[in-house]
Parts: sequence; structure tokens; C-alpha cells
Amino acid sequence: MTLDARRAAPAAVTPVTPAGPAVQISDVSKVFGRGDTTLQALDDVSLSVAPGEFVTLIGASGCGKSTLLNLIAGLDMPTSGEISTGGRGVSLMFQESALFPWLTAARNVDMPLRAAGVPRAQRRERVAELLDLVQLTAFADKRPHQLSGGMRQRVALARALAQDADVLLMDEPFGALDAMTRDLLHEVLEGIWRRRNLSIVFVTHEVREAVRLGDRVVLLSSRPGRVIGEFEVGFDRPRGMDSADTVDLAIKIKDRLREEIIRHGR
Amino acid sequence: MAVETPREPAAALAGLDHLDQAPPQQAKRHIGAKIWAGTWPKLLALVLALAIWELVYLSGFKHAILPGPATTLRNLWDQLHHALVWQAIGTTLRRAVIGFAIALVIGTVVGALVSRIRPLRAGFGSLITALQTLPSIVWVPFAIILFGANTSAILFVIVMTAAPAIANGLIAGADYVPPLLLRAGKTMGLRRVSLYRHVIMPATLPAFVNGLKQGWAFGWHGLIAAEIVVIILGQPSLGVLLTNDQDQADMASAIAIIIVILIIGIVVDVLFNVVNGRIRRRWGVAENAG
Repeated sequence: MTLDARRAAPAAVTPVTPAGPAVQISDVSKVFGRGDTTLQALDDVSLSVAPGEFVTLIGASGCGKSTLLNLIAGLDMPTSGEISTGGRGVSLMFQESALFPWLTAARNVDMPLRAAGVPRAQRRERVAELLDLVQLTAFADKRPHQLSGGMRQRVALARALAQDADVLLMDEPFGALDAMTRDLLHEVLEGIWRRRNLSIVFVTHEVREAVRLGDRVVLLSSRPGRVIGEFEVGFDRPRGMDSADTVDLAIKIKDRLREEIIRHGR
Repeated sequence: MAVETPREPAAALAGLDHLDQAPPQQAKRHIGAKIWAGTWPKLLALVLALAIWELVYLSGFKHAILPGPATTLRNLWDQLHHALVWQAIGTTLRRAVIGFAIALVIGTVVGALVSRIRPLRAGFGSLITALQTLPSIVWVPFAIILFGANTSAILFVIVMTAAPAIANGLIAGADYVPPLLLRAGKTMGLRRVSLYRHVIMPATLPAFVNGLKQGWAFGWHGLIAAEIVVIILGQPSLGVLLTNDQDQADMASAIAIIIVILIIGIVVDVLFNVVNGRIRRRWGVAENAG
């Protein structure tokens, strides 16, 4: 302890950032292509996600949502600007489950643990715990093609959580599910988010879903993607997709979104 | 619709999962039954072919030379009671297995390198495909000049015909690894070797097995072609038996040997299909393959 304290002493000049943002995006632009055929996907985007915050991103097509998530996940580099993610890293979940079809549900969840070099005995325990968290213990030995779309997304969620990152990026994860399954998964996700104190960046094109889940809804413009509005969602959880509060705010956001789309038609 | 959502989604989820469960899979069939399922349509075709052959024989076409199915099958039956044909089958199959094993190693190494290294891919990708279009017999003179008329020459022909198909299967498979799976693998920290081992290799397996099947078929063609030309004293092979029949104008025996070669081809093809079907089912690629 004393040794640690002494070692930490010089760091006093730059504090250990105990309560810094989980994700800090500063003036980020992203341009694809070179020469005449360039596409500006993101233009000067700044966004900060607090630890434990649930941010939903919404925008019409071409707003660079997926590009932004790729940048945060470190799968791609911004053309300019800076992105920092504090803490234990970032995990990513897609609209398609992206499970490995040749592995069982349990082995899929196990893969990030193997990649991280976690010892075998510990892995088995963690996998069982994660499958239990998404209520798929009974389906541990099934392969992805034997599972329904909703189950696959739950396996994908468990696999993302296996990385033990404190930031979870979700790219329209429930976009392909039926309404009933989606509503249930909202509740599952909300429960996990709360218990695990995750920071979540959740991309969706469904405005009510954004309001249902987010502490804050961030609105992006299209071509190039730019932050054009932020809406704090003040009311209490758990919220319903169809509750009056949700619908009211969703209408407000949709109107703003429509203005943005009309601007492109001119 | 419900404005208030229930606190605990567990019960509802369990209900949905129950409803979502895939219908029970067909009872697993015995491997023998699977092989039979792949074989009987071929046997039926064989019987039809025999019937047509009998008709041609009865029509009197080249009657002095062309034997009917009865004569030929009796010839085959007699040959199967002598050691010579079994010795020949043994020699030919041994060469096939050794040649294929070498082709497997070379094809896999070349395929892995070419699919992973971009300049190699650009340079050799189309060359390997071109090699596949080359008739196997063209390698025979090359091999005889290089090695002399011996087993090495025959093995060389097998490798030159089988290896490109195997490499091609691997390259094609690696080309079609879903980008999303690569992204998923990278997000969870898989890099280079581990990404290859845990994502690219398993994703490539179905195409690779397909390449093996093709490689075997090409290699088998090359092998018989080479055996007909390369005659090694004291080593009877199926190709040598065919050549002998040609020299003695023994049509019944020639057809009998052709039938033996055909049957070996069919059996191996069915075995490959069983393996292929298993992998595809496991990968969820096709519901009713094999």
C-alpha cells in the first residue's frame, strides 16, 4: 500500500481521472476515399458519455452512426479529432448477432475470454454466469442456426459482456426483432446496464426505442454526420415504448428529424 | 397495449423461447443409411446404363467386338477371384492416397499463403485457377521426362492436378469469410494468428472440404491417365490392366476394369459427400445437404 502511494505521488500533477467521461469524442471528422471521390461521413462530432450513462444515437440513413461506433471501438481511425475511452475498454454488438456459426452458444460467449487468455476453469464459470444473465442456460449447447433471432442477440449480448469492458456499443441490436421480443430485450438490457454500471452508446433508427432506453438522445444529421440536437429524457424508468411521455418526446424528436431530412430534399 | 411493462421479463422470455424453439430435428440416421441414401440413385442409374448396353448388344452393333453386359460382368466376377486385380487395386489406391496426401500438404500451404498475402494473391490466384483447366494428361510427358517412368512420375501427376483444386478451395473460402465475423473477432481482441485460427480457418472449412473433394476427383483422373502410360514392371495397377486389355483387344476385361474404377470413384465421392454434409449441417449452411 505504502509503495503504491509513493508511486502514485508524482501522478498528482495529472490526476488519475477517477470521474472522467467513459467516452470522450472531440471534434472528430471522418472522410472516406481519396481525391475526387471522397465521402465525408462525420463532420466535427463532439460527444461525451459519462460513466454509467445510457446514450442513444439517432439519425436518418447516412448519418455515419456505424462509422462513429467503429471509431469508438478502435476498428477505424478518425481523419481528424480525438477519441478517448477510459476504463476497461469497449465491446461492440451489431444488428446481426455475428455469432460464429460453428460454435455453440456457450463457446461463442467463451471466445472473448479465450482471446483475453482467461484460465479455463475461470472461463467455464464466467460463461455459465453470463448465459444465466441472458437466461439461456438451457440453450448453452445449441448452435446459432438452432436459435431464434432474439436468442441469438442475447447470446451476442452475453458475448459482448464477456469482454468485461465498461463501455458497450450497440449498433441497432434489436432492429431485426419482432416488437414483443424487442420489448423484453429492452428490459433485459436495462437490468444488466443498471446492475453492471455500464456506459452504453446505442444506435437506432427507431425514435421511441431511443427514448425508451436513453438517459439522453443524441440526434445526428446526415451526410455529413453532425450532432444537431440533444434531448435529455427526464422521466422515470422503467419506461414503456407506448407510454404518453415516451410518445410525446418521440414526436418532438421525429419533427426535428423530419426537418433535417426535408433539408436534404431541397 | 400495455402501458406498464412488467418488472421481470424472465417469465415472458422463457415463454417466448419455448415458442421459438426450432422444431425437433429429424432422428439421426445411421451412417450406413446415409451412404445408402447417396448410393442408391447411382445404382439405379447403373442398372439403366446396363439395360441400354444390353439393348445395343442385342441390336448387333459391332457384335464381334462389343460384349454384352452378361459376358462382361462374368469376366469381372472371374477377375475378382484372382489376386491380380486386387493387387492392381491396391497399387492404384496406395498411389492415390500418397499422391493426395502430398497434394493436400502442398495445396493447403500454397492456398493459405496466397489467400493471406495480397501480392501473391494478385499474381498466383489466377494462375492456380488456370492450372485447374489444364487436362491432367499433359503432365504425363513432363513427369516422365523429369522422373523417368516410375512411381514418382505418377505421384507428380496426381499432385499437379489435385493441389491446385485444393489451394483454390482454400482461397475461395478465405475470400468469403463474412466481414461481420472478422469485425466481431477483432472487437473481442483476436489478432493475426488468433484471428486466423478462431475465425478465418473455421469459416473457410466448408469451402476447403469442397476443394478437397474436387482435388481428389482431378487427382484420380490424373492417376489413371498416368498409369495407362507409365508401366512399371512387377507393379500391376488398374491402368496397366487397361493397357494389357488394349494390347490383347480384350474388350470384356477392359470394360470390367472400367467398372472397377467407376465403383471406386463412386464410393469415394459418397464418403466426401457425407463429410461435407456433416460440416454444412454443423455450420448451419444447408438444412438438407448430404
